[in-house]
Amino acid sequence: MANGVLVIFDQNAGDIRHVVLEMLTVARSLGKGPVTALTFGTDAAKTLPKLAEYGADRAVFWESYTQYSSDGFSAAIAQSFPQFDADVILFPANAWGKDLSARLSEVLGAGLATDCLHLEAEASGRVKAIRPVYAGKALAEVVINTPVQMFSLRPNINAAEVHHVNPEVLDIAPSVDPATFQAVVVERKEAQTGTIELTEADIIVSGGRGMKAPENFQLLDALAAALGAAVGSSRPVADEGWVPHSYHIGQTGKVVSPTVYFAIGISGAIQHLAGISGSKYIVAVNNDPEAPIFKVANYGIVGDLFEVVPRLTEEIKALKAQQ
Amino acid sequence: MKILVTVKQVPDTATKIQIRADGQGIHEEGIKWVINPYDEFAIEEALRIKEKHGGEVVVLALGPSRVEEAVRQSLAMGADRAVIVTTEGSVEPATAAHALAAICQQEGFDLIITGKQAVDDDSAQVGPMIAAGLGLPQVTVVIHLEVDEASKRLRAERELEGASEIVELPYPAVVTAQRGLNEPRYPTLPNIMKAKKKEVRRVTLESLSLPAQPWVTVNRLFEPPTRPEPTILSGD
Ligand SMILES: Cc1cc2nc3c(=O)[nH]c(=O)nc-3n(C[C@@H](O)[C@H](O)[C@H](O)COP(=O)(O)OP(=O)(O)OC[C@H]3O[C@@H](n4cnc5c(N)ncnc54)[C@H](O)[C@@H]3O)c2cc1C
Ligand SMILES: Cc1cc2nc3c(=O)[nH]c(=O)nc-3n(C[C@H](O)[C@H](O)[C@H](O)COP(=O)(O)OP(=O)(O)OC[C@H]3O[C@@H](n4cnc5c(N)ncnc54)[C@H](O)[C@@H]3O)c2cc1C
Repeated sequence: MANGVLVIFDQNAGDIRHVVLEMLTVARSLGKGPVTALTFGTDAAKTLPKLAEYGADRAVFWESYTQYSSDGFSAAIAQSFPQFDADVILFPANAWGKDLSARLSEVLGAGLATDCLHLEAEASGRVKAIRPVYAGKALAEVVINTPVQMFSLRPNINAAEVHHVNPEVLDIAPSVDPATFQAVVVERKEAQTGTIELTEADIIVSGGRGMKAPENFQLLDALAAALGAAVGSSRPVADEGWVPHSYHIGQTGKVVSPTVYFAIGISGAIQHLAGISGSKYIVAVNNDPEAPIFKVANYGIVGDLFEVVPRLTEEIKALKAQQ
Repeated sequence: MKILVTVKQVPDTATKIQIRADGQGIHEEGIKWVINPYDEFAIEEALRIKEKHGGEVVVLALGPSRVEEAVRQSLAMGADRAVIVTTEGSVEPATAAHALAAICQQEGFDLIITGKQAVDDDSAQVGPMIAAGLGLPQVTVVIHLEVDEASKRLRAERELEGASEIVELPYPAVVTAQRGLNEPRYPTLPNIMKAKKKEVRRVTLESLSLPAQPWVTVNRLFEPPTRPEPTILSGD
C-alpha cells in the first residue's frame, strides 16, 4: 500500500519559497514512506539542490508544463498519482496551492484541510491536522476520512530543517497534452521587486490610521529598511489608497506570522487582530493607553508615534552599526 | 448570461467566538449573521455582468432556516431569485460543494461565481470543487474580470503573493471573487421591498441523496494559545 508523502509546489525561475522547505521538513516528520517532491515549468529541475538539502527522497519535474493551468495540472497529477506511491499530499497554502489543491481534492475524491498550522501522524499512519477557523479566533483539530489525505500548510509556522539526501529524479511523464488545458495563465505581473512578501516576512512594520497621511509612511519605510522588514497596514489605510491593497493585513486581507510585528498607530480591531495572531512578538506603538492592541501586544509603547518611530529607527541603526 | 452566485451566511467578522464546552461548535446566541464578505463581491460582479450583457442572476445558498436573511439581502442587492438547500447540521466542504453543484446542474448556467473563501471556516475549497465536479475550468482569487460573449471566453486577473497573473479560459466556468474586484452596492429601499416578493425555491439536502460519508471530520474546536501579559512602556 502506498504510504509516502507527495509534496507539490510552485517555483519561479528555479527559486522556491521558504514554505516548500517547511513542507519537506513536515513531510519527513510524519515518519511515513518516501517523500516525493513535484514541481512544474521551465527551470523546475533547478530546484534539485534545495530539495537535496531539505530531504526530498525523490523528485519529479514536469518542465514541459510551462504555463500554469488548474484543470491541466490537476488532470496530470491525477493521471500519474498511482506512480507516486503516496497517501498524503502536501501543498503550500498560498494562492497557487489553494487553487490547485481544492480542485485536485475533488478530482481525486480526497479530503483536504486548508491552511494547516501543524500536522501529526498517528500510529495508524493517519494524519491529524490543526487549522485555524474563524480567522484564527478558534483552532480546529481535523482528520481526513478518505484513503488519500490532503493538506495545505500555512507559511512561516513550521521550521525548515536541513537534512541532506541524494534525491532520485523519477521519470514520470503524464500524457495530458497542454493543448487541452482550458484555464491558462497568459501573463504574470510582478509587484515592485525588492519588497519582502508579507506572508513570508520575518519582521513586519505595519501602520494604521494613526499615521495620519500617506506621506508619513516614509517613517515606516525607514524603520523597515533599518530592520530588514516588510511594510504592512490596517485595512482603512489601504482603502484610502495611502498604501497599495497588497499591504492590507487582517481577516479580509493577508494573514501573517512573522517573528516580530510592529503595530504602529493601529487600534487593534478584532478583524485586524485576526490577521496577526500568529506573530511570535507583537510590539505596539499607540498614544492611547486604552487601545485594544495593548491587550495582545508583548511590548507596548504608549506615546506619539511621530516621536517614537524616528527614535526607534535611530536606535536600531546604531545597534546594527555596533555589530 | 445566466449567472449563479453561491452565498454563505457567516458570523459578522466582529463576532467574539465562544467555543462550546464539548468543542463541537460555537455558541450561536447573540451572533449577528451576515453575507460572507467575499460573496458580496461575487453578487456585485454578477449584477454588473447582467447589466452589461443581460440575463439572470440566481443566488444559491445552503444552511439552516436563518440563511434566508442573507438570501433576501442578496435579492435586495438585485439578484433575481434564489435556491436554498436546507440542512440543520454543519456540512463539510465536499458536501457543500456537491450539494451546490447538484443545484447548478439542475439550474443550468453560463457562469458560477463564489467567494474566494468563507470567513468562518476559511477552507477556500467550495468554488474549485464545484468546478472540478462539473468538469468546468476555474479561476480563483479574481480582482478583475472581463467577459467576451462573442468568443465565450473570460479574461481574469488573479491575485498571488507579491504578484498577479492573467488567466484566460472558456466559459461556462467557475470564478471566485477577491476583495478589489468591485465595490458592492447597498440595497435601496425599493429593492428591499421588491426582494420580499422574489422567488425562493427550497430543496432539502436529503433530497439530493449525496453520499453520507464526510471527507473531513472536525474532532474538536479549541481556543488559540493566550498571549503573554504585555510589558507596557510609557513616558521616556
Ligand atoms: C464547529 C464546526 C464543526 C464542523 N464540523 C464539521 C464536520 O464534522 N465535518 C466536516 O467535514 N466539516 C465540518 N465543519 C466545516 C463546515 O461546516 C464548512 O462550513 C464547510 O466545509 C464549507 O467550507 P467553507 O465554509 O470554509 O467554504 P469555502 O470553501 O471557504 O467557501 C468558498 C465559497 O463557497 C461558497 N459556499 C461555501 N459554503 C456555502 C454554503 N453553505 N452555502 C452557499 N455557498 C457556500 C461561498 O460562495 C464561499 O464564499 C465544521 C465547522 C465548524 C465551525
Ligand atoms: C467585514 C469587515 C472586515 C474587516 N477586515 C479588516 C481587516 O482585514 N484588517 C483591518 O485592519 N481592518 C479590518 N476591518 C476594519 C476594522 O474594523 C477597523 O476599522 C480597522 O482595523 C481600524 O484601523 P486602524 O487601527 O488603522 O484605525 P483606527 O481604529 O482609527 O486606529 C488608529 C489608532 O491610531 C492611534 N493613534 C492616532 N494618532 C496617533 C499618534 N500620533 N501616535 C500613536 N498612535 C496614534 C489611535 O489611538 C488609534 O488607536 C474590517 C471591518 C469589517 C466590517
